[in-house]
Amino acid sequence: MRFAFNDDQKMLRDTVREVLQRECAPEVVRAAWEGRAQGVRAVWGTLAETGVIGMTASEEAGGMGMSELDLLLPLEETGYAALPGPIVDTVAVGIPLLEAAGSDAQKEQWLGPAVAGEARVVVSFEDRPIVPYAASADVLIAERGGAAYCVPITEVSVSPEQSVDRARELGRVSFELSAGYRMREDVNAAALLALGRERAALGTAAQLIGLCRRMLDMAVQYAKDREQFGKPIGAQQAIKHRLANALIEQEFARPPVYRAGWSMATSARDAEVDVSLAKIYAGQAAKFVAKEALQVHGAIGYTIECDLHMWMKRAWALAAAHGDAAHHRERIGRYIL
Amino acid sequence: MDLNFTDSENAFREECRTWLEANVPRDSLASGDTRDGYALHLQWEHQLFDAGWAAVSWPKQYGGREATLFEWLIFEEEYYRAGAPSRVTQNGIFLLAPTLFEFGTDEQKERILRPMARGDVSWGQAWSEPNAGSDLASLKSTARRVDSGWRLSGQKTWSTRAVFCDMAYGLFRTDPEQARHRGLTYFMFPLHAEGVTVRGVDRLDGDEGFAEIFLDEVFVPDSDIIGEANQGWKVAMATTSSERGLSLRSPGRFMATASRLVDLYHRYRDRSDPVLRDQVIQAWMDAQAYRWFTFQTVTRMTNGESIGPDSSMNKVFWSEMDVRTHETALAIIGDALELDEGSASAVDAGHWMKGFQFALAGPIYAGTNEIQRNIIAERVLGLPRK
Repeated sequence: MRFAFNDDQKMLRDTVREVLQRECAPEVVRAAWEGRAQGVRAVWGTLAETGVIGMTASEEAGGMGMSELDLLLPLEETGYAALPGPIVDTVAVGIPLLEAAGSDAQKEQWLGPAVAGEARVVVSFEDRPIVPYAASADVLIAERGGAAYCVPITEVSVSPEQSVDRARELGRVSFELSAGYRMREDVNAAALLALGRERAALGTAAQLIGLCRRMLDMAVQYAKDREQFGKPIGAQQAIKHRLANALIEQEFARPPVYRAGWSMATSARDAEVDVSLAKIYAGQAAKFVAKEALQVHGAIGYTIECDLHMWMKRAWALAAAHGDAAHHRERIGRYIL
Repeated sequence: MDLNFTDSENAFREECRTWLEANVPRDSLASGDTRDGYALHLQWEHQLFDAGWAAVSWPKQYGGREATLFEWLIFEEEYYRAGAPSRVTQNGIFLLAPTLFEFGTDEQKERILRPMARGDVSWGQAWSEPNAGSDLASLKSTARRVDSGWRLSGQKTWSTRAVFCDMAYGLFRTDPEQARHRGLTYFMFPLHAEGVTVRGVDRLDGDEGFAEIFLDEVFVPDSDIIGEANQGWKVAMATTSSERGLSLRSPGRFMATASRLVDLYHRYRDRSDPVLRDQVIQAWMDAQAYRWFTFQTVTRMTNGESIGPDSSMNKVFWSEMDVRTHETALAIIGDALELDEGSASAVDAGHWMKGFQFALAGPIYAGTNEIQRNIIAERVLGLPRK
């Protein structure tokens, strides 16, 4: 029994952290909000150079053959930076699906470019026709009628929907269910898609942990800097206890997420129960930390001039995405009750 | 990351389980916080010690098995899973012993540890005073230097099970010239000696689990101070952090409570609603999360890291989880919740109401959760003290 990441995993986390610190400052997220995505494009390219974008592809496909567990810390960092872009879709779900279920032609066309960071993959599960970052993606992998499709985005109709988190550039996707887009039929597509759902939930949970950490960092810094009654507001017990509660929520959400990553990476029995627990805990923590961080910021936190709102809105969206608490609680309920 | 138990850990679990299945008393013992129940619990402790289970992580020379921390967690999981009696020796084994291992002399360890673990000599804590609770450093009890020892005077309170115990430990002011944390010394002192009066106080659940201790010029030899004179605060803090951290509340206890809650839910499903169902699921998840959190902590400790103020997060989490879990159980039971262990019609022999009342103490003892939150804010998050 050993509950800790290894040096390679921490090194990869540090690399991603460094890239995002340098290239994904809050101004970049803000620019994405305003429809200027050049900055985000550039980060994607740099992340691809570090190998993170292609990390889940096999070595033959130019990747690093890394597992769900290896993914967690890099994805956590993308949450910390509120990186806009379909990184969970592409890295956790899309690339593994392409490799496992793509036809030779589909792989030829998309796998290499996706691994190289030149093609962004978005995923639409049956019950999720509204897809973040669809308009700026290159290829859509979709589950329709239990089958898997791989469709160039140029062949997809993307009608814009507006997210409370403008950086997520939502679009409702539809396309002609033509046989030409079908992925391989000699593999168990349903099982692979189901696995994709678990990966999406897990990757989202990891991002939620990163969001928590950033919002808490912002709130703690604000509590140290902001003075009222002649001293920092963070010296007041009422503020201290809110932030202590936020830290507890966050720190108790992390081990379940890491556990779920290990369970998936090792195909442990009942891994989906661990994923559900991780998603619920990470979502609850992110929503809680968001609320406390807002309260600690006071009125300035209630504006869109303050960066906090971009993290908060991402947290609301991701806490509900890929199975909200009710969905995942039901899965756990079926398991234990 | 390797969350599989090793072969030897699995073998250890098997050994624990086999022994516990063969030896745990079939009928639950009377409360260990009553005089008769305490005696029965001590007999159980003798049995545990003689089979080598009383303090598995201790060195063999003191009656332990030199188990790793993970093996200790496994033992705890099996212990509570088996529904074994509560540990009336815990104030010694889990609170005083870690201090002795860190600061005690060889003579003290040799003399004190084995009888403590066997329950031959039982120990109570004596931290609080009437006017020194959360603000422990404001304590007033004193120790006066005499030939080859000290004379202790003052009053301690909220001393767990001290009416049934032989010995206690706590802080006394040895240097009246110094203030607050300085000038205190850590003493072990007898409860049946001349000058000591122990008065039991009935707790919320009616058991005489609390006591006040009055000391009037009680003699304690030099050999019964731990660490150096006037260094007591540092020594004591080592104990309080193990009290609020890992040792007092291992995940096994809460996992067992959660699975009993699930069982209760099944039996009373017909009167439950979706809200209760969600609460049961949440309670089960909380116990799991606490388990993973603890495994992470134990990995850090095994790697030689010190946990420090992080232990305060632990304490807040388990104590508040325990209250919520019992509240959920009582909500499932409904109006029969008021039938306590004295009622023949009580659900599960009144165990849940008893447990609920015990759980309510969690956010108060071992440093109130308000103090813990201050520690988290100041020492983990770095917020200003004033």
